[in-house]
Amino acid sequence: MSVFVNKSTRLLVQGITGREGSFHARQMLEYGTQVVGGVTPGKGGQLFEGKVPVFNTVADAVSATGADTAVVYVPPTAAASALFEAADAGISLIVCITEGIPVQHVARAMPYVRARGVRLIGPNCPGLITPGEAKVGIIPGSICRPGRVGIVSRSGTLTYEIVNHLTKAGIGQSTCVGIGGDPLIGTNFIDVLRAFQDDPDTDAIVMMGEIGGTDEQQAAEFIKAHVTKPVVGFIAGQTAPKGRRMGHAGAIISGSSGTAEEKLASFAAAGMGIMKRPVDVIELVKERLK
Amino acid sequence: MNIHEYQARALLKAAGVPMLDGDVASTPPVAEAIARRIGGPVVVKAQVHVGGRGKAGGVKLAATPGEAADAAERILGMQIKGLTVHKVLVVPAAEIASEAYVGLIMDRETQRPVFMVSPAGGIDIEEVAARTPEKIRRLPVDPTYGLLPHQALSLAFFLYQDFAKVRAAAQMMERLYTVFTHNGCSLAEINPLVTTPDGRVLALDAKVVIDDNELFWRPDLEELRDESEEPPAEAAARRANLSFIKLDGNVGCVVNGAGLAMATMDLVKYYGGEPANFLDIGGSSNPEKVVNALKIITADPAVKAILFNIFGGITRTDDVANGIKTALAQFPVKVPIVVRLTGTNEAEAFKILKGIGMAALSDMDEAVQQVVKAAKGAA
Repeated sequence: MSVFVNKSTRLLVQGITGREGSFHARQMLEYGTQVVGGVTPGKGGQLFEGKVPVFNTVADAVSATGADTAVVYVPPTAAASALFEAADAGISLIVCITEGIPVQHVARAMPYVRARGVRLIGPNCPGLITPGEAKVGIIPGSICRPGRVGIVSRSGTLTYEIVNHLTKAGIGQSTCVGIGGDPLIGTNFIDVLRAFQDDPDTDAIVMMGEIGGTDEQQAAEFIKAHVTKPVVGFIAGQTAPKGRRMGHAGAIISGSSGTAEEKLASFAAAGMGIMKRPVDVIELVKERLK
Repeated sequence: MNIHEYQARALLKAAGVPMLDGDVASTPPVAEAIARRIGGPVVVKAQVHVGGRGKAGGVKLAATPGEAADAAERILGMQIKGLTVHKVLVVPAAEIASEAYVGLIMDRETQRPVFMVSPAGGIDIEEVAARTPEKIRRLPVDPTYGLLPHQALSLAFFLYQDFAKVRAAAQMMERLYTVFTHNGCSLAEINPLVTTPDGRVLALDAKVVIDDNELFWRPDLEELRDESEEPPAEAAARRANLSFIKLDGNVGCVVNGAGLAMATMDLVKYYGGEPANFLDIGGSSNPEKVVNALKIITADPAVKAILFNIFGGITRTDDVANGIKTALAQFPVKVPIVVRLTGTNEAEAFKILKGIGMAALSDMDEAVQQVVKAAKGAA
């Protein structure tokens, strides 16, 4: 078991013939993910890597392959329409890797996706991986190993850093989920925490947040009330100045809200273990798995 | 992206929001000419991308064109919160009966554009929200339908009793929503929205922030950028597609990924150092980016040591190593460089660095400790 994706996930790659899409489709195939099809309008009928059929539309791809999950690598100008299309075609999980989609486009797509009961992860996220089963997105498979710690994070490479520490210390992961660094995202910390709490194969949870917004504070409230499994947390941006966007559009301290201090205090109030450094994850998780 | 008040006014005016005629000047004689054309008392306002202009002396009332020239003379070249004033806006001094606030922001929580209106205008809205939250009405707008007429009316009724004013304000809110959606804004604000003794409703000041993600396909909006409002290093970084923010410390940081970049700064601080910058080279493996990053960081004389912290996923660490090699061949770097690389193609990367006499580390904590020590030794 695991959350959101596993070995029976039937994956469609939107933008499979593009530079990013083709590179990562190959990586996902190598990892053993069931990539059942790809979509690039105008390139329907081709075979990707000699084995994955390419379709003109997501609807065609779904009816031919029975795909249930789509991963989006299309450029920012077309990414929002890719979300509408996937939701329309009956996909139940959309993972949007694309970075730089205008926030108003996402705001328009969001209600459409939700009204169809579709889960969206991202945009501007590294995707997710259930080690040993399926990789959907760009998280390097080599740094993960199967195990029982659930990972949820707003960042990409910071997630790799922390997962790498765990793997090297012999601690495997049930699923690693990157929810994305944009202000508007489809799946938030609480959605993933709930899934890990309900997953019989997850024993502990590591959560990596950033400055900006109140998602981490709300997640801490949720943990206090509903999560019985141990949770360890990290906040990036403790040295960030106010009012400056630190790379991620979502990582900005506005006024007095969204600071690292505020977030860490909410973690402490929820009884979470707090990492001062990424490497601290090892000891904190070990203690809680005893 | 922040734009100036006079640019925001132009966007609102184009959408039909009523406001007083004004114009922008970069010299006192031009300010004087504008004041003469307007006739009567005017307000001369500094155009800079920071709040608190009034308190800093950047907004002055002038009774005559001559006084307007004097005011412009004093304001132009003034420093406000570290930014130099290059332009002033000259607008008629309005007689004000009441001041209200109307703002529209993209809200993370509801994931929609949210209107915030308050009859307590003209002052810091965050302060109103904190002290007297009952004086603020919030309304999330469904982007599928836009701001519906009855919603605009209900917001306007929160501000005014007189129906003529209510109708005027409701129409302005609909037009402000149009400005917001047509220009990819993350914020559009009228503060204050005023009524005059003769019963008119006018937008006196406007603020607009444009979503950076809109700019690459909206060159018309990109043209509104004023590079003189950005530190030169940040403008150079933006042109090189790097995300860079200058800080006060002496440890230069080059990192891939925003979260890891922030965590790296935090770790520098943890080990007793002070980061000189935030810099994210992004996910791509372009050696050119590394060259540009090094150029920007070494241009800061405060930097005493430089740390590369690269976790290779999509980023290939050998490309970063090649970037370092190319950069060092192009221009000498006088401060120590500590390189931490791990992940995709790391063996190749270590070999490239060894070839130019550089050792690389694979552990982040070790690398940060080393660079902090190097910066202190040099300081």
